[in-house]
Amino acid sequence: MARITMREAISQALWEEMERDPKVFIMGEEVGLWGGTYAVTKGFYDHFGADRVRDTPIAEAAIIGGAIGAALTGLRPVAELMTINFAFSAFDHIVNQAAKMHMMFGGQMVLPLVIRAVGGGGRQLGATHSQTPDAIFAHFPGLKVVAPGTPADAKGLLKAAIRSQDPILFIEHATLYQTRGEVPEGDYIVPIGKSTVARPGKDVTIVTYSKMLEISLKAAETLAKEGIEAEIVDLRSLRPLDMDPVIESFKKTNRAVVVEEGWKSFGVGSEIAARIYEEAFDYVDAPVKRVAQTEVPLPYNHILEQMMLPKVEDVISAVKEVL
Amino acid sequence: MEKSDYLNLYHQMVVIRRLEERAAELYQQGKIGGFLHLYIGQEAVSTGLISARRAEDRVITAYRDHGVAINCGLSAKEIVAELLGKATGCSQGMGGSMHMADVKKNYWGGHAIVGAHLPIAAGLALGDLYQNQKAVTLCMFGDGATNIGYFHEALNLSKVWNLPILWVCENNQYGMGTSVERASAVSEIRQKADGFGMKNYQVDGMDVLKVREVAEKLFKEIRAGSGPQFLEVDTYRFRGHSMGDPERYRSTDEVHRWQENDPIGIFHKKLVEMKVAGDAELNHQADLAEQEIAEAVAFAEASPEPSVDVVFSNVYVEN
Repeated sequence: MARITMREAISQALWEEMERDPKVFIMGEEVGLWGGTYAVTKGFYDHFGADRVRDTPIAEAAIIGGAIGAALTGLRPVAELMTINFAFSAFDHIVNQAAKMHMMFGGQMVLPLVIRAVGGGGRQLGATHSQTPDAIFAHFPGLKVVAPGTPADAKGLLKAAIRSQDPILFIEHATLYQTRGEVPEGDYIVPIGKSTVARPGKDVTIVTYSKMLEISLKAAETLAKEGIEAEIVDLRSLRPLDMDPVIESFKKTNRAVVVEEGWKSFGVGSEIAARIYEEAFDYVDAPVKRVAQTEVPLPYNHILEQMMLPKVEDVISAVKEVL
Repeated sequence: MEKSDYLNLYHQMVVIRRLEERAAELYQQGKIGGFLHLYIGQEAVSTGLISARRAEDRVITAYRDHGVAINCGLSAKEIVAELLGKATGCSQGMGGSMHMADVKKNYWGGHAIVGAHLPIAAGLALGDLYQNQKAVTLCMFGDGATNIGYFHEALNLSKVWNLPILWVCENNQYGMGTSVERASAVSEIRQKADGFGMKNYQVDGMDVLKVREVAEKLFKEIRAGSGPQFLEVDTYRFRGHSMGDPERYRSTDEVHRWQENDPIGIFHKKLVEMKVAGDAELNHQADLAEQEIAEAVAFAEASPEPSVDVVFSNVYVEN
């Protein structure tokens, strides 16, 4: 197995799927000549050509709406939004068109569509470009929302998404692109809608995903030095949400902390906590704690921005509160 | 055109008229729920346009979609059944009036968010271009849709990528209750296509043969690779925007003036003048349409309600 970056893993998945299936193509802002704003599609334009690596105008509704239409004709578009913050300009097409069409027309319309969007804060881009609005999209039945936290999952989940018959929002995290990990070569598929135990433990359950997996793993290392063994469940998909590994872990530890980068109110942590109370109330030994972003638009100033985002220390103190 | 072609067009227009009249009654009886937008007055538009398409050409429209469905070859039975929310409806009772489709007949709906189907139409055309299919996508929308951002994004993209698409604005003079003059910076809608360097035309939408003639020309050119073109069709809806429209925004005089231009009446007169058919023969077509709709209503009323399983099984393809 090669040790590669998240960026390389995503790029590899796209490349292999495009080689495998001529119906797969990419469309988005700067995906072609430029090579992708985050260099994910570097080299694709020269290899696959302008028809399959399509540079679009800066027009997000046209990108997503166009990808929906192409998917309806049997193609498998991978539409790239330069950042998930621009998804709001295509909100209707994502949640009100793509998510509705299969059901609303009685099953006759099929949309094998992947929307790639990068999100996350911490890069001094100011409030409009630094959001983690994953929970908003996960609210809508009809859409699937996937957000990998490791290079291997990024590759396996993206390949699964491209082969799926359903519309899928694939959320990447900008500060994970350089993260390295072991990634299986060739056809490696991770099923969508399956949570996984990323670190075994017995004292407390940490439920997390995407960038916050990295933060949670670091917190667990520190806690281990103090004799606290945290079990970490990586959700990987927000919809469908696989609670089985979470509940199984919680029944063992009886304590949980949910760590997400988005805002706390109405967020992923709220959902997970509610489900733990609904499904495993008899096992609760302490209130479920939520670690999340401070509820303000993110400031530009580096020190202040970092202060607002969830940190390793926040996870550690939350764990200590529930023990 | 053969005589049967003329009679077929006439028949379709009368079927739409009878369908919509019965739909209004069924709505008033409480048998149809939600919103109901009638196509009465605009029958010549989609009848003329779609008579010029080939089977491989895709059709997509907004929420005033029952007539378009008839023209695309859906049966009155499955249309009325959809209005009644029945399992036998074209969208299995899941979509209702505004969401009718039959992809096997290349009818891609029936879309209820103003302008949102225009980018999707561009994508349908992209699908054909990408797969080297010699097909044209016909995208219909109202005058109101030309003021929303989706319209501009979609037209621009279609021109940049030279997509095989015919954009048709059905200018029925009002976006709900707001007249074109009060909502659009230019009252001649076709001028907007100039902003995208797109060839554009205007036609009288009350004359089915004129609509058909220009549509045939445009389909042919687009199929040959001209790229997208734009057609503005002037028309008028004789009824309100939807059921329950107080119609305070227009005078009865104005409505009456347009009703004198009834597209079915015009076509009837023309067919008699051209000696294609006599009054009796045309009235017979109208009787057939009446019967067809009566049968459709009976069929829909006797049809079963959809099973609750359909709700859950169609949220995703892969559960």
